[in-house]
Amino acid sequence: MDWHQIWEIASAPDNVPIVAMLFLIPFYLWYALKQGIENDKLIAILESDANLAKTKYRKTQEWDPNWDREVHTWPYLMRMEFLVAIIITVLLMVWSLTLNAPLEEPANPNVTMNPAKAPWYFLGLQEMLVYFDPWIAGVVMPTLVIVGLMVIPYIDANPLGNGYYTYKQRRFSIWTFMFGFVGLWVLMIVIGTFIRGPGWMWFWPGRTWDAERVDYAVNRNLDQVFGIDGSWTSAMFHVTKDQGAIWARVVFGIFPLIAFFIVAAILVHWICMRTEFSRRIYQRMSLVQLVTMYTFLIFMFSLPAKILLRLVFTIHYVWVTPWFSI
Amino acid sequence: MPEENGGSKEKTGVLEKVQADAAALRETLKEKTKQQVDGLKEPEKTQLYRSMFRVKHDDEPRNRALSVLSNVFFHLHPAKVNRDATKYNFTWGMGGITFYLFIVLTFTGVLLMFYYHPTKVQAFRDILYLENDVPFGKLLRNMHRWAAHLMIIAVWLHMFRVFMTGSYKRPREFNWCVGVLLMVLTMLLSFTGYLLPDDQLGFWAVTVGTNMARATPFLGHEGPLGGLLGMTPYNDVRFALLGGSIVDANALLRAYIWHCIAIPLIVSIFLGVHFWRVRKDGGISGPAPVMLESEIKEERNPRPVVLRPSGMSQHDK
Repeated sequence: MDWHQIWEIASAPDNVPIVAMLFLIPFYLWYALKQGIENDKLIAILESDANLAKTKYRKTQEWDPNWDREVHTWPYLMRMEFLVAIIITVLLMVWSLTLNAPLEEPANPNVTMNPAKAPWYFLGLQEMLVYFDPWIAGVVMPTLVIVGLMVIPYIDANPLGNGYYTYKQRRFSIWTFMFGFVGLWVLMIVIGTFIRGPGWMWFWPGRTWDAERVDYAVNRNLDQVFGIDGSWTSAMFHVTKDQGAIWARVVFGIFPLIAFFIVAAILVHWICMRTEFSRRIYQRMSLVQLVTMYTFLIFMFSLPAKILLRLVFTIHYVWVTPWFSI
Repeated sequence: MPEENGGSKEKTGVLEKVQADAAALRETLKEKTKQQVDGLKEPEKTQLYRSMFRVKHDDEPRNRALSVLSNVFFHLHPAKVNRDATKYNFTWGMGGITFYLFIVLTFTGVLLMFYYHPTKVQAFRDILYLENDVPFGKLLRNMHRWAAHLMIIAVWLHMFRVFMTGSYKRPREFNWCVGVLLMVLTMLLSFTGYLLPDDQLGFWAVTVGTNMARATPFLGHEGPLGGLLGMTPYNDVRFALLGGSIVDANALLRAYIWHCIAIPLIVSIFLGVHFWRVRKDGGISGPAPVMLESEIKEERNPRPVVLRPSGMSQHDK
């Protein structure tokens, strides 16, 4: 165990935010779910008692019939805002007095940093470069993430849980968001920060970052696994073996992709149909909503699928064409 | 001349008048001074004060409301809010913290601009100058850096909270989209600032980042089908971002302009829309009373829009 290496990564001033996130995200996840579960208990009571549902104050917050439903912004809200502003200022002051912003040597195009890392909040994208070509990892996927986030309100047909924490009423959407936000985005950043060392190689925590390390690339493409060498196509169309191999790969690669889309669509559909409540929500969705949701979820699953193929089965490309590869 | 004589007579008359006035003032000076000093004990009654604040700040409901409504900075708030929304546990204050950090960053950023030249010759030296010679320069740079990181965390947690409370649901769908764009802009702000010290860290981070742009489909020279549109390293989207084919002087200037002027302007506009829509979409989403599964109404298409007298339009629930 090289504890010094772990300390060196965790204590790098620019990595402080991601170390903080390791605590902040679990804390706020717990905080949200705690309030969600409290509300779920209240909902369970109200669902079982129709009379109580008409009379009871439907919040977990304290309530007295004599209290006003609304209070003055000044001072009740604004004093909180000013207090938070002061706390944040103090926090920033202490942080700035204790830790210095990093400054390396002057920019030098002739000396490559190893590892050359993007700012921590983009490390998820950089980590994606391992699994996809830059046009997918750097352009298509970020676009899908942004558009995918923006369509959430338009594809979520569940009217429950609007304006209060809940878990039971929104299981599907919460799990989906957690999968995307914590499971993919934050986790990939953590991997990019703590695991990826020189040469963007995988260093388990505690392993020394050795810039001299050489890994023999054993990655192959899926067509090589299946032994597609173009002998059939070249014989069939009377072309050279190289040309035949190109077309054989193009045709071959379509099948695993189609297979992925079918399997992922079935998986998504199975998840959507798991409970009676989610089936009810499914019934409320329009065709456009359904197609949009399935498409984005399938694309989201493509990342873990490719991670699995790459890290476990050491497969580089699934579909190789002369123009692009996936 | 008689007129001149008469004139000089008048002058002696003025002198006497002044003397008489001075004598009168001597008598009332004490009283007037006392009045003035007593007036200072109630500054809210002075003309200066009233011209600035317009309303009394007595502790009564009307003035509490007016003090919020008649102040251009405070009037982003409604006069009254949901009692339960004032507690920390619902909102976590993350949106407000994000906005506060934006202000902190603008403030420290403007101060940093006084010491910075976006040129290859000067940029790195300016950082050294800031760190070693400018009074509180190091603190200033540290605060700007850490506030930027903190802002990204706060934006993410804000989005997380809005998701977990389902606040993106009707009628706030559009404001969620504005928020997503603001999050992207926040990250772009931070990223464009990364290059400005012109050190190895920023240089390679921006090199890695913009290298992805050259793989943009159609618009990058290494991207799929980029050749179709005649893309080369000298005319593709990466060239547009860097103002050249390598990360150099033009890239530094472009990053500087995007970072200090263009993106903050765009963010300010979106922020205005975001805050305005929070109010127009019916204020903060909760904590709302819980809704039961048995109360779900069947969808009506198209949903009727109810116009409220206050100008808020709200779809019926």
